[in-house]
Amino acid sequence: MVKRFLILLVLIFFVIMLMPLVSDIQPQTELNPLAEKYVKDGPDELGSANLVTSVIVTYRGLDTLGEVAVLFIATAGVGFMLRRRKDSKLNPQKKRESSEILQTGTALLTPLIFLFGIYIFLHGHLTPGGGFQGGVVIASAVLLSLLSYPQAEVNHKILNAIKSLSGAFYILIGVLGLYLAAGFLDNRILPLGDFGHLFSAGAIPVIYSLIGLKVGSELVGILDSMQRSDS
Amino acid sequence: MINVIIIVLGILMIASAFMAIYMRSLLSSIIAAGVISLLASIIYLLLAAPDVAMMEAAIGSGLTTVVFLYALSKVKNSGEDNHG
Amino acid sequence: MTLVSIIGFVLIIVGLWGMLTQSNIIKIIIGFSIIDTGIHLLIVSIGYIKGKTAPIIDNSIVKADAVNQVVDPIPSALVLTAIVIGLAVTALMLVYAVNLYQRKQSLDINDFEELKW
Repeated sequence: MVKRFLILLVLIFFVIMLMPLVSDIQPQTELNPLAEKYVKDGPDELGSANLVTSVIVTYRGLDTLGEVAVLFIATAGVGFMLRRRKDSKLNPQKKRESSEILQTGTALLTPLIFLFGIYIFLHGHLTPGGGFQGGVVIASAVLLSLLSYPQAEVNHKILNAIKSLSGAFYILIGVLGLYLAAGFLDNRILPLGDFGHLFSAGAIPVIYSLIGLKVGSELVGILDSMQRSDS
Repeated sequence: MINVIIIVLGILMIASAFMAIYMRSLLSSIIAAGVISLLASIIYLLLAAPDVAMMEAAIGSGLTTVVFLYALSKVKNSGEDNHG
Repeated sequence: MTLVSIIGFVLIIVGLWGMLTQSNIIKIIIGFSIIDTGIHLLIVSIGYIKGKTAPIIDNSIVKADAVNQVVDPIPSALVLTAIVIGLAVTALMLVYAVNLYQRKQSLDINDFEELKW
């Protein structure tokens, strides 16, 4: 009972500590100066119709690079903790075959979901969505095939190649921005093009596609290592 | 009108949060935790953040639930006598 | 104080309550993911402006007048990346839980007392 009381005390302390933070949030009526600058200058400066994309990829591009690095480290941790031990393969469990309906449906749906994911990250600068969402959709397509073909193995050479190449090219494009444009991860190394078309917004579609491939392959790595190590 | 929808969604979210904590079976609490994310994605859509709504619908209620279920299956496989 | 920020705040407190009271490790991780969702709701609610639309410039928004028509894009961008990191960190925690289970055949946090004093 003492423990319950202490927990309640800690919670009350947290509520008192966080309450000013929440009660200070007033319903806004206009944008704050930073957001106003991004909204006013973003479309003409970077040529991206989706302002969230221009914030993620260019204005706060360094933050996104850091997030991708954190994702990479977490995936490496999952893979390291769940590495397959040689001695635990003495009695490999026979995994149940999935039903024929599931297999046919998977064969039909997986290419379409892949296509949808690629569409999402190619149109990240025009419509809602982008590299992160597209990568997650691609990972869910792979998840569908992992569920319906439990014996199948993800090709690790291809997966690792996609992971490393997309990460390396992401940084390479960022460094190119230092020489050809204003700074690291500047998207104006390519011509801005017509506002609102697919080939516009400079390097944003390229960078977002690379982020999409990176995020998708990292999440596939997590799912694959959690699925195959049946100990 | 939007306020009414948000209040209803919020009550549902808090109810499923309590369900996720106090359900006896782990499977039910994992599903309840997925429901919280699904309802949150509707709130993001009402708050004019479609990018975040897509993300939360795909990750929060899709992949996170699957990752939890994989972990649960690993824990349940090895010994049935000691499930908590 | 807006409606959504209150919901997010209550979710944070409920998740914290769950993390502190439950003894099953998987329940603790579920509490962590509830806190995650609450924080994301709190951050997104900061950027919302009543009656304005999503920060995507298309035919329905005049480019010159966009400042008066769209919501703040920065909190959306922040939360977008935070959700992916949340999934990766949750997966890492679950893998640790599975590892602990393989060591002691138990998920009860009270059975792990090596660091207790």
